[in-house]
Amino acid sequence: MTEENETPKIILPDDTPVDLQKELRLSNVQEVLDELDKELIGLKPVKTRIRETAALLLVDRVRNKMNLTAASPTLHMSFTGNPGTGKTTVALRMAEILHRLEYVRTGQLVTVTRDDLVGQYIGHTAPKTKEVIKKAMGGVLFIDEAYYLYKPENERDYGAESIEILLQVMENNRDDLVVVLAGYKDKMDTFFHSNPGMRSRVAHHIDFPDYSPDELLMIAKLMLADQNYRLSDDAAEALLEYTKRRMKMIHFANARSIRNALDRARLRQANRLFNSTSKSVKKIDLMTIEAEDILASRVFEEGTLDMDGDEGADIKPQEPIVDS
Amino acid sequence: MMTNYGNRMTQGQFSFLPDMTDEQITMQIKYALDNKWAVNIEYTDDPHPRNTYWEMYGMPMFDMTDPAGILMEINECRKTFANCYIRVMASDATRGTESVKMSYIVNRPSNEPGYNLVREERTGRTQGYTILPYACDKPEGERS
Repeated sequence: MTEENETPKIILPDDTPVDLQKELRLSNVQEVLDELDKELIGLKPVKTRIRETAALLLVDRVRNKMNLTAASPTLHMSFTGNPGTGKTTVALRMAEILHRLEYVRTGQLVTVTRDDLVGQYIGHTAPKTKEVIKKAMGGVLFIDEAYYLYKPENERDYGAESIEILLQVMENNRDDLVVVLAGYKDKMDTFFHSNPGMRSRVAHHIDFPDYSPDELLMIAKLMLADQNYRLSDDAAEALLEYTKRRMKMIHFANARSIRNALDRARLRQANRLFNSTSKSVKKIDLMTIEAEDILASRVFEEGTLDMDGDEGADIKPQEPIVDS
Repeated sequence: MMTNYGNRMTQGQFSFLPDMTDEQITMQIKYALDNKWAVNIEYTDDPHPRNTYWEMYGMPMFDMTDPAGILMEINECRKTFANCYIRVMASDATRGTESVKMSYIVNRPSNEPGYNLVREERTGRTQGYTILPYACDKPEGERS
């Protein structure tokens, strides 16, 4: 590349050729984007936004080489969406992409919730928040259930203090830290509404759509493949039916509900193999989840859930489902 | 003190060199972090060479990955104790104790008055020496 040999003083002619493709190869970011395409099912708007961000950073880098300096873009983001739509997974990827594009120095992701930021008594919050920010420096700070930081019903709540410090850091240490806020759509809307400073400092608002049953089935297959399991054809059909029924019930948490369902299917599969009368269990049997493992679910029996049987066993009503 | 112009206190690393810039400090911190050493910040207003235990500023910083956070803390400390000596230490825990591997000054008072050398006449015409920092003439807390 010619521009690498130039000293900063020289102004390049306007028709200097730019090899964006080479730049893309050098950054290895294509790999991450491809991986994202392969491993994340659906989520069209999210992928588009990540692609755009990656393109912007890449172009910025080339512009820098051409001495077309601009202020580095603000990359603070908010991820909104229902439970289990992959907010944390995407945040992790985001850290990696930003690292490859040299926007952040380390690819680390520090995940925190209100408890990690807000203190218990007066004067406890500021050091606690600062401690977290210090640890996240050079990477991405992911604040899960961010709307909890602000509790409008209690004006003596220390959350506001934490938000103040965050705002300051988001403004002053833009080069050191990318803050990603995540939470459910409606609650985050209220949060941003009552914190206009926060809203204006977060440049990218990305909404995570719910998955369709077909997408959830693909996700299930990916999850199982990771653990060296597979679904038989009947089981796949059963799971699709399961998903459709489950989606109509309360506490449906998209991919997370599917993961829980699969975990229970594995339990039943193990039990089935254990109790099977035939002596010869083959390797393929250990790997395959059959339709009966899924059809035994309570979702099919009564169409309702109970606290101890299927979905939502560990979820109390009114409590948010914590992203994992 | 001929070798030490301007009565500069010389303790720890780099203390005979001109004051480090923030970029240089960042690189030193990075070196410590790359070695997985815990970094902490200390300050004092007593420049006596035997004064080894300084006040710690905040908590020692474990689990850090990036120098920016520590530099932020250093700047906080400079703001609070502008007229004190501030040093950055890095401790290595691999031998089971936090043993100091690095120690360098990142902030000095604007005026370093130097030391008074006191000679003491002892029995048998022997002579004892002691040094007293002029900075310690005033009681603690009123020195800056």
